[in-house]
Amino acid sequence: MSGPAQPGQGDSEQGNKPAPAPDPAAVAGRERLAEQVARTGMFGASSSGDTSGYGGLQVRRPPRLASPRPYGSYFDEVTDRLEASLAAAGTSLGAAVEQVIVASGDLTYFVRREQLPVVASRLRDDPSLAFEMCLGVSGVHYPAEAGAELHAVYHLLSITHNRRLRLEVTAPDADPHVPSLVAVYPTCDFHERETWDFFGLIFDGHPALTRIEMPDDWRGHPQRKDYPLGGIPVEYRGATIPPPDERRAYE
Amino acid sequence: MTAPADHQPAQDSSADAGDGYGAAADYDAEGRVYNVAGGDWDEIVTAGATGDEHGSDERMVVNMGPQHPSTHGVLRLVLTLDGETVSELRPVIGYLHTGIEKNMEFRTWTQGVTFCTRMDYLAPLFNETAYCLSVEKLLGIEAEIPERASIIRVLMMELNRISSHLTAIGTFGLELGATTIFIYGMREREKTLDLLELITGLRMNHAFIRPGGVSQDLPAGAIERLRHYVQIMPGLLGEIRALLDKAPVYLARTRNVAYLDVTGCMALGVTGPILRAAGLPWDLRKSQPYCGYETYEFDVATQQSADVYGRYLVRMDEMDQSLRIIEQCVDRLASGRPGADPVMIGDAKIGWPAKLALGPDGMGNSPDHIAHIMSQSMEALIHHFKLVTEGFRVPAGQVYTAVESPRGELGCHAVSDGGTRPYRVHFRDPSFTNLQAVSAMSEGGLIADVIAAVASIDPVMGGVDR
Repeated sequence: MSGPAQPGQGDSEQGNKPAPAPDPAAVAGRERLAEQVARTGMFGASSSGDTSGYGGLQVRRPPRLASPRPYGSYFDEVTDRLEASLAAAGTSLGAAVEQVIVASGDLTYFVRREQLPVVASRLRDDPSLAFEMCLGVSGVHYPAEAGAELHAVYHLLSITHNRRLRLEVTAPDADPHVPSLVAVYPTCDFHERETWDFFGLIFDGHPALTRIEMPDDWRGHPQRKDYPLGGIPVEYRGATIPPPDERRAYE
Repeated sequence: MTAPADHQPAQDSSADAGDGYGAAADYDAEGRVYNVAGGDWDEIVTAGATGDEHGSDERMVVNMGPQHPSTHGVLRLVLTLDGETVSELRPVIGYLHTGIEKNMEFRTWTQGVTFCTRMDYLAPLFNETAYCLSVEKLLGIEAEIPERASIIRVLMMELNRISSHLTAIGTFGLELGATTIFIYGMREREKTLDLLELITGLRMNHAFIRPGGVSQDLPAGAIERLRHYVQIMPGLLGEIRALLDKAPVYLARTRNVAYLDVTGCMALGVTGPILRAAGLPWDLRKSQPYCGYETYEFDVATQQSADVYGRYLVRMDEMDQSLRIIEQCVDRLASGRPGADPVMIGDAKIGWPAKLALGPDGMGNSPDHIAHIMSQSMEALIHHFKLVTEGFRVPAGQVYTAVESPRGELGCHAVSDGGTRPYRVHFRDPSFTNLQAVSAMSEGGLIADVIAAVASIDPVMGGVDR
């Protein structure tokens, strides 16, 4: 991670010493300040005047910070093995994995979407990794993350080594395509259909990407954040039942 | 199947194709196609068997479900039959989708329990535990959960495992034509549900396990009832085993049926009794313990046969092991101080403020608490109000936690954006994943074995569709 040059450095120091490594706390602080404001105030009220004194509070969306080495637990070993395995497969960890995040005791690889099948097949086939089982895909929709609105999250389990890890891929709303993992993990069949159904993520290479929970002719993808809860008028034998927020009007 | 050289127009068909209730013969690229909608099954069978000038072709596409007594609710199986042999099977789901995951995003973290308990309605306490463990992991309070709460969670889950397996085996017998087993299974399940009702107040949809602990301690007399239960259950389970273990008809219907080996289980993500019946002793209670399972003595039941009979035996053995765990839980709870040892986290910013107590009009907020917030402390009232209506904030991040439910790995992927409501909760339900294996188990077998295969997976459609 390379930050801009620190201000306040004298000219005499340059050329003698390499530029000092940026303070990680300062970098983290700058990244935090660069994030969008998630909410203001403390209590969520916006219609009345602020009497609490918290009106000026700005809470920013937490930035996605890469974890520094060492990651702890078995995470370093898995990452080293994956690096070697990917090098043998003709790619590299840096080319395949954007970010490594260790949080809440879980290891997450943010994988570049075009590299997902390679990473998954290396994780499955390399005997030192041996993530034999995939526990499916879970979609998450982050409308605020421009260019990476849709996330697909895969949880992998190694029964051989008793380990877990998570793969996360992102896709923009404008191009919601992610390569399918059905060829690597056949169990992803239903799960990818579910994620398509709920989020509109298209899994390229899936044998039959059709809706699984919603009716085949349903419009929209209900788990997306821009899809309302209960905003669908229900038609029942010709009579239409309006959505809950429009059923009664007190006038 | 060979296509006929000349395509006959649909008007040539003998039956009326127009009203939608008669049998109709039609021709498409694949040859003669019969459409059935109505009660003239004999006509179709005869026509299919005798054929016409193009020869006989018995390949038939049959919808089994979504209203079919042997499909555990609203599962639809599209079968392609060649005589009695299943050449292709496609499970169709979604008939019980209720949007639980979406709804949870509009309620507080604590209220989420009330939704997710309704997913897999035969194992509600596992849904609650998986969800609560993930919330606690996001909060980073795993170490602060009171020990008594963890013991009660284990106790409730093991009772629930027995009631779930009894339903599985009871309906399993019913679907194979043994009504006695169903009656026995339901009778024993009632005894288990009585205990769940005694402890939580409800037979299902308990919402008993909450983030931070459990909603209340065991009521008076529960220890004695549990001891009695542990005493009588082995005999009652033995009655079921005496009826089924060596019954020739049962063995013929279950042995070497719906075979799925470890490789198949791995590829299809199958966990639980199906995986253990294939010989792999994978049980999250042993391999990745939670709620203090590492401190209990029990064995992982396995079989080597990888068939329906093996799965039945695994479930029966697991109930015996659950009784062992319940016995240890009861001993620990009896040696604790009921009422004095906490069952909810001490952090007042997370734990539910009110305590439940039995009043003259039933269970409700304790009169002491009501008196405290209504007439003694304004701050306590504000605190109660804020925590109950707004809820607590959970640090941003995502976690995945898994518990060993009666059907396999039940995982919960919870994402928080730092707010008082879940940003996204996704449940990896074992029934949903295991249902994919029904094709691999049934194709090439007989149609009667489809029933046995589905029953051995024990899918609960509430969990499949969520």
